Amino acid sequence: MSELEAFRAETAAWLDENAPQSIRGLPASEVSGTWGGKREVYPNPDTKLWLDVCAERGFTAPTWPREYGGGGLSNPQAKVLGQEMGRLRLPPPLIGFGLTMIGPTLLRFGTEEQKREHLPRISRGEIRWCQGYSEPGSGSDLASLQTQAVREVDEFVIRGQKVWTSYADQADWIFALVRTDPKAKKQEGITFLLIDMESSGVSVKPILLISGKSPFCETYFDAVRVPVKNVVSEVNGGWTVAKALLGHERSMIADAFGGGGERVAKRSRFVEMAERYLGLDAMGRIDEPVLRNDVAQNEMDAKAFGLTVQRTRDAARAGQAPGPESSMFKIYGTELNMRRHEIFVRMMGPQATGWEGPGYGADELELTKDWLRTRGNSIEGGTSEIQLNIIAKRALGLPD
Amino acid sequence: MSLVLSEDQELIAKTALDFIAAESPVSRMRALRDAADPVGFSRDLWKQMAELGWLGIPFPESIGGAGMGFAELAIVLEALGRNLVPEPFLSSVLLGGQTLLLAGSETQQAEWLAPMIQGEKILTLAYQEAQSRYDLSKIDTRAEKRGKGYVLSGEKVHVFDGQTADAIVVSALTPGGLSLFVVPADSAGVRRERQLRLDSRAAAIVRLESVEVGADALIGNEGQGGETLERAVDRATVGLCADMLGGMAQAFDLTLAYLKEREQFGVRIGTFQALKHRAAKLFIEIELSRSASMAAARAVDSDDPELGKLVSLAKARCSDTFVLAGNEGVQIFGGVGMTDEYDIGFYLKRARASELTFGDSAWHRDRWACLSGY
Repeated sequence: MSELEAFRAETAAWLDENAPQSIRGLPASEVSGTWGGKREVYPNPDTKLWLDVCAERGFTAPTWPREYGGGGLSNPQAKVLGQEMGRLRLPPPLIGFGLTMIGPTLLRFGTEEQKREHLPRISRGEIRWCQGYSEPGSGSDLASLQTQAVREVDEFVIRGQKVWTSYADQADWIFALVRTDPKAKKQEGITFLLIDMESSGVSVKPILLISGKSPFCETYFDAVRVPVKNVVSEVNGGWTVAKALLGHERSMIADAFGGGGERVAKRSRFVEMAERYLGLDAMGRIDEPVLRNDVAQNEMDAKAFGLTVQRTRDAARAGQAPGPESSMFKIYGTELNMRRHEIFVRMMGPQATGWEGPGYGADELELTKDWLRTRGNSIEGGTSEIQLNIIAKRALGLPD
Repeated sequence: MSLVLSEDQELIAKTALDFIAAESPVSRMRALRDAADPVGFSRDLWKQMAELGWLGIPFPESIGGAGMGFAELAIVLEALGRNLVPEPFLSSVLLGGQTLLLAGSETQQAEWLAPMIQGEKILTLAYQEAQSRYDLSKIDTRAEKRGKGYVLSGEKVHVFDGQTADAIVVSALTPGGLSLFVVPADSAGVRRERQLRLDSRAAAIVRLESVEVGADALIGNEGQGGETLERAVDRATVGLCADMLGGMAQAFDLTLAYLKEREQFGVRIGTFQALKHRAAKLFIEIELSRSASMAAARAVDSDDPELGKLVSLAKARCSDTFVLAGNEGVQIFGGVGMTDEYDIGFYLKRARASELTFGDSAWHRDRWACLSGY
């Protein structure tokens, strides 16, 4: 048995022994997943147990070094872990921006002290993070941001407003971009700062979306004092960190929308919905040729996308330099997800017109709201248009 | 399955790209077209390609092949596709060659396949008829038993390199179903007429007027040729996808170069966001097409049970993207894109003709849905 296969056997046995029965088969959605943090509630105590045993073993952050609370696994081992968790239909023990965004950023840019302070608390699910990038006047033109940070001895005093801070009302800490040099070229006066949301002067207001939900907030900073040691990388060197983190964010969004590959095959949700709303003909075909064609197109595009993600990973393993994949994946993954939801609502037909009961199933109401939510996919994390600009410049070398 | 080229495969790619740059620029295809060349390619160059080992790539060593696979063949085909190289890979190595490889007897393989690999014989497959569209079984050509052999009658169209082939594999109806026969092109009753195609690929109408063949012309079992035909056409489709990938990549490179050089309003047109975004979208589509095409080639080599779906994925993708690359290329070149003088028009034509060979994207989406059980 190869070392990897030995690892697989050992991991499978450990998972089977330690995963509580009640969490098996739970979906791993943004809504139902475990985000951790001080405000997390655990309606099912087994999800907390699952988080704790995994954190203990380093399986919440499998590839992070052990000294920072990770599992110290190689990429192939982490892949095996993912496969084995998929086989037992186990949800991830922990999700969130700590694991996918600020964690990898600190591993690359953080000081030893920052790594030791923050990474173990992320991997144990003790601290939940949110992202403070956009501002009311700085959306696509992120580098024009105006939140002001004025240095006073060993502290910065922060004044300004962030917007689209996902789940800021549930978060314990925020990583934010602030302007430390208003006179420099816009990209060169930005600093990347870690801020405790419990600091005096931080306030949060949820934003009501077209879906009726409020996953995003406005976050206000009114003379918030932050120690200088919370700067990641250099003062005025935040733009480089910001761009690297955006790469992680785009990969995360792409993964969430089917770029992750390695999914366990199951009966297509499209076919289930077609059976329920459209019917199947005597040959078992979706009895509506245009939607059937749209379903095939969406599934085929998803497959081609998954293969492209796999090809990029194969290339990275072979030591080839990465290209502008995260932009490409962000655009394509989000568009696939949006088109998929368009097909869902067209399949539901009049049953997709509900806002609240009666006359609509809970799952129908949820799916309509999911569709509304997807309209933001091509806006958040850098609009599709911004990603196209990045590809045109970096991959194609087109002139400015 | 790894979707990245190995060092050996990179070497094949470099050799192929160097060879076509030196020996077969697009101007060569243009000259053959202008001269309405009756052969449509060069037997000398074909022989050189045989010497490079390219014709034997997907065939076993026992019959003189290289014992490699479609992953390697695709690399060569992509390079050829870049310059629209007219040598008869699609007809000989893919359509005719794969049919004989899959179901031919040892004798048939020795007589036709081994010399094809040496560059000495041209093969093709006559599977399509006027009413067939993309349905391989929708044929009227018949094979009637006479004595120990058969008599073939019917009319085949769009037979690639049909006018130059030394042997033509023919699909025909027999009482038990569809059967395949290898017919020497010089058999009495074989009439061939050159067809002139939009994309300058050589093809012919092949009329079979009571053509007598021996029992040894039958490939595999009588009435059971349908499955072989489908498998051979699937493989040829994978080959065509690699060729299309080369075509779309080259059309895109030409377009990108033009965006960086052409000036209007005192600036390079590549500075315009309306054009940048179109180029970036096309880039994404080409990347996805490459992944799908590579996966299909590897699925042939590993006998993947999902082969049919992956072939349909690749062909649907490559069809849509190559057509898009041709359309966008001509639009971005503007007026000169509409002239015969510029090469971009060749790619527009090749894209369309390739799309309409072996099933367009709608046809393959239907096949994907059927194979997926909906």
